[in-house]
Amino acid sequence: MIPFLLRRLGQTFFTLSFLVVATFFLLRLAPGGPFDGDKVWPPEIQANIEARYGLDQPLLTQFGTWVFDLLRGDLRESFRYLGTPVTEILADAAPASLALGGIALALSVLVGIVLGVLSAWKRGTLLDASAMFIAVSGITLPTYLVATLLVLLFSSHLGWLPPALWEDWRSMILPVITLSLRPLAVIARMTRTTLLEVLHSDYIRTAHSKGLRTSQVVLKHALRNALVPVVTLLGPIAASLVTGSYVVETIYQIPGLGQYFITSVIDRDYPMVMGMTLFYGGILIACSLAVDLAYGIIDPRIRIEEQR
Amino acid sequence: MTIRFLRDKRFVASILILGGLALLALFAPALAPHPYDAVGAGGNLEAPTREFLMGTDVLGRDLFSRILFGARVSLAVGFLTAIFALVTGTLTGALAGYFGGKTDRILMGVVDVFSIFPMLLLAILLSLVVGRGFFGIFLSIGMTTWVTHARLVRGLVLQTREMPFVEAGFAIGLTHRAILFRHILPNLIGPMVVSLTFQIPNNILTESFLSFIGLGLQPPYASWGTLANEGFRGIQSYPHLMLFPGAALFVTMVGFHFLGDSLRDILDPRSGTNCTL
Repeated sequence: MIPFLLRRLGQTFFTLSFLVVATFFLLRLAPGGPFDGDKVWPPEIQANIEARYGLDQPLLTQFGTWVFDLLRGDLRESFRYLGTPVTEILADAAPASLALGGIALALSVLVGIVLGVLSAWKRGTLLDASAMFIAVSGITLPTYLVATLLVLLFSSHLGWLPPALWEDWRSMILPVITLSLRPLAVIARMTRTTLLEVLHSDYIRTAHSKGLRTSQVVLKHALRNALVPVVTLLGPIAASLVTGSYVVETIYQIPGLGQYFITSVIDRDYPMVMGMTLFYGGILIACSLAVDLAYGIIDPRIRIEEQR
Repeated sequence: MTIRFLRDKRFVASILILGGLALLALFAPALAPHPYDAVGAGGNLEAPTREFLMGTDVLGRDLFSRILFGARVSLAVGFLTAIFALVTGTLTGALAGYFGGKTDRILMGVVDVFSIFPMLLLAILLSLVVGRGFFGIFLSIGMTTWVTHARLVRGLVLQTREMPFVEAGFAIGLTHRAILFRHILPNLIGPMVVSLTFQIPNNILTESFLSFIGLGLQPPYASWGTLANEGFRGIQSYPHLMLFPGAALFVTMVGFHFLGDSLRDILDPRSGTNCTL
């Protein structure tokens, strides 16, 4: 276990470094700089400003000093919000994004598995049909259409819920539903399929013939095995929540990180972009690491060595 | 085999939906009642009428014509990126699974790196480097989705490599290339086609998402995501501008969804849901 963990951490470090290096140099490849705004400054002032932020140095030197600052825990000041450290902006905006993503993830896992189990258990009933109807619509409806329909129905028409912002729990309902519908649908379908497969296996028949109650067989014996493929989905789902939350944050005007994602790149706010890359990259990598570990816990048969 | 396809209602329905869409997209210039970029073809922001089936947008352009032309973008992006992912992913996965060992570790290491790259970030960066539009979208979707396919093919090749017919191939002295490309890969066409039919709608959805946030084709060209973005600004007063492009995308997704489901049951009965995100 320990050697696996070390190797996996090494790989994680390599992946994150690649991401950071690629982002840093791709960003500089793009034409334009952070201080070529509408105002045209005399060349010497422009040069002064660039020297102030080290932009006149060779690219490799700039990268080196950025890494050096990073190691000291300094992400520098944003170019756009001069005087505000990137860490402060991240700390301000991250809670809303993390809450939105976290609640949506928890909700989609919970409801997805429950729907999947119910529809496999009561296969062919109205319950199964309606659960799968939700699943299919979750997979086929684009996020912005879901958001539009929800807002039109629940805030414009019925007036029950606020159409935007992120203040009390009532304002969180619509964004969370919008964001979790698709992963929820995928999890529900996956759970249903794998559970149906497991329910046809020999050891389940044995469990039935021992006289166990159906609820015990399904929930205790079958579900554990059926969940293994579902766990593998969590990595991609976490990744899609990160990107999906951007659209949801935009539509519902949630003061999260989403608002900085595109503007910081357009403004060539280099420190901000690098801070966001580290933040999102870190979350994605942590998720895939957690999935790998959870895999071994849920299914002890999967020995770490077997994973190539 | 043909009978099994025709007997599956989902297959027939989805072929009708998707075939209809493909025809509409193909003959969009002939079918569109107005030029897609004709500003002021009707009044601004008109509700649907007989002349403007889906109403007009803020510049008085006919929404129905714009959606017809949008179908071309969406379908083209979906197909081209999926084919790119199919070719790259199949090659990588097949080589990794077949040769194993060091080849496997290196190739799958590359796959791991790409799979962690946030698609949105890549799309934004590429939009700066190659400009906003078709090519940037194609690259960012292609580069982030081929990994799923590589993993799938690697797993399948790992299984197939142990089959007796592969051993027989070695025994009669076939080259690696012949065994891999003429004997192993043709056996995997079923699961690969199924994976493709799930990949295409996902890519179409991603394209529309990227266009929705303004990274896609720029006006006057239109994809469904761009149209939805334009409609989003007036969502409270003019919901039709958002609902029609969204509905077009929804119909496409339903078509592909049922096509994928039926193909999976027919071609690849052993696998579970193949629905990737």
